[in-house]
Amino acid sequence: MSQLNLTVAAIEQVTPLVKHFTLMSADGSSLPAFSGGSHVVVAMNIDGRTHRNPYSLMGSPANTSAYHISVRLQEHSRGGSQFMHEQVKVGSALQVTYPVNLFSLAKRAHKHLLIAGGIGITPFMSQIEDLRRLGSNFELHYGYRSPEHAAFADSLKQRCGDLAHFYADSAGQRMNLQTLFSQQPLGTHVYVCGPNAMVVAVIETARALGWPENHIHSEQFTAPSAGQPFNLRLAASNMEIVVPADMSMLEAIEAAGVDAPYLCRGGACGRCELEVISADGSLAHHDHYLTEAEKASGKKILPCVSRANCSHVEVNI
Amino acid sequence: MSLAFKKETFRDDYTYRNSVEAIKRFPFPFPEDQYMYSVNMEPHTKGPVGAVTEFEFDVDEHYVAECEDKKITLAQDPGRYAALPHMMDAQWDFLELTMESLARDYPEQFLLTKDGNRWTWENRPLNIKTSFVFGDAKTLEMEPFEFMGRQVQGDFVLLDQREGTLFADAGIVTSQADWSLAFNAGMSWNEWHGPVPQVTKLGVMDRALKYLLSLQLGSPVRRLNWTMTINPRLDTSPENYPHWGGDRNLVTAENAGQKVHLRVELQTLFRLPRSNAMMFSIRCYLISMEELATFPRWAKRMHRVLKGLHPDLVEYKGITKYREATLKWLSKHDDGAELGIGTQPE
Repeated sequence: MSQLNLTVAAIEQVTPLVKHFTLMSADGSSLPAFSGGSHVVVAMNIDGRTHRNPYSLMGSPANTSAYHISVRLQEHSRGGSQFMHEQVKVGSALQVTYPVNLFSLAKRAHKHLLIAGGIGITPFMSQIEDLRRLGSNFELHYGYRSPEHAAFADSLKQRCGDLAHFYADSAGQRMNLQTLFSQQPLGTHVYVCGPNAMVVAVIETARALGWPENHIHSEQFTAPSAGQPFNLRLAASNMEIVVPADMSMLEAIEAAGVDAPYLCRGGACGRCELEVISADGSLAHHDHYLTEAEKASGKKILPCVSRANCSHVEVNI
Repeated sequence: MSLAFKKETFRDDYTYRNSVEAIKRFPFPFPEDQYMYSVNMEPHTKGPVGAVTEFEFDVDEHYVAECEDKKITLAQDPGRYAALPHMMDAQWDFLELTMESLARDYPEQFLLTKDGNRWTWENRPLNIKTSFVFGDAKTLEMEPFEFMGRQVQGDFVLLDQREGTLFADAGIVTSQADWSLAFNAGMSWNEWHGPVPQVTKLGVMDRALKYLLSLQLGSPVRRLNWTMTINPRLDTSPENYPHWGGDRNLVTAENAGQKVHLRVELQTLFRLPRSNAMMFSIRCYLISMEELATFPRWAKRMHRVLKGLHPDLVEYKGITKYREATLKWLSKHDDGAELGIGTQPE
């Protein structure tokens, strides 16, 4: 897939856990324009292994001179966020994909209700730019642990004024989704990005109130989880490989030199879906893409985040 | 590259002809003697020098005449252009993509200069020069999609991606193979592909949709599609059926060489940056059986494909009435010699 060679132009410590990176093209040329809600996948070489993590683009889509991403240092980092926080310096070279949007605004919505939790604020930063440019009706509700963790809150207050609402958990401020959703005009679309519990609560509350399914939008990137190692047969490539405990299936396939498709690497888009030919036990699905029935069938897997609870799997690639 | 643009017509006296060079670069679509639908999409990467895929948008000897024909069709039927209000970002994406591509790939014909948001566009073959503010539709004489849609060969549809599918929410369609923008506007993927035979069974459309939904910015794709047309007519629309439908009854084994044309569509799909919409372009290439037969390999292949075509496809492509006459004409050019796989002319 198409890649961009970028250089880190600036790094800002935004909160104790979040760093904001400004990326510019290595040769000074302008970057592709993008749409609000897009992300890029950043490639990192960590101890000889290539890690690829998705990060939302936060800047204005109209600004093609630089991309802005923010990285939260994860407690249980597989190395990606730690690498970004500790190894990447101003001047470092990073390879990123062209922007991909799996969280685009529904342009025909009468109103856009944006719900962010913690680092989940990042895709809304660019969406808000689009909404303001288009003069769309929107509201932002942003929850975080405590004021010191409220990344970009000042800039949001400045840009959104009364349209932005803030909730600090430490001060006992909670969003009342039930009340909030009940007050929305017909034709409102809701967008949520944040911790899993928040995403589930938003989706379930909206559904319970009878909101149409296509008015509910969420984005969740799952990091590949570690698990037990297993043997993997790549039928079309006629190869037998091992997926180590700390590597995803997709990473192991790539490390074996097989060109596998992907877009989000977070279990959201379905681009990397593989046909499972056989497995001598159960699959561990961690994605947000396959339906429950598809997961139960054991015939499909998203190798970017999912793995196996068995010793041998055969996929068609 | 210097281009000599021909003066020719795609209606009434039908003076359209291909030069020897144009025949040689014709995108012949049949690598084998048998044809069936498949998800035949490939990356729209730079093709060989001189090929129709050398650049993102192909400008050829028919450019001026095709733009003129487009103008006539739009004047007679303004409904061939339509754009829903939420597609304005996609309109500007389209304008930017086409202007930048043409200016980069055909610098002798097209010029684009930017001073911040103030852009100046010069189209020398069509004698257009205008300055406007990018993003401000009031500064152009017409909507940005229509403005550039009139200056690029082919038809264009802008697709909005939502609810897990694609909606045809804007289009400029003047050289279509018997489909209607007025009928398809606002429809979703499955709705507008409903009439295509054989494909539901093959699951082709579902797989194609899934592939397209994850189409990436900077990685456009293309495919060839084909049908046949009597006379070199671009506007074979349902709206104008009375003007061309009857021509199908006039084909004989004697005149099929001149009258019957293979119509190949080079279809490309681009993800658009600001709107996250998709641009679907359908560029039509026409070649008469006589022109095709200047390369014996192509005439033989054409004969065999047409002979073995599935009856549903014969019907769907509207070939039924003149298939026999065309086969008769082509059979004189087919000695039955085995042909290797490939679309090359020689």
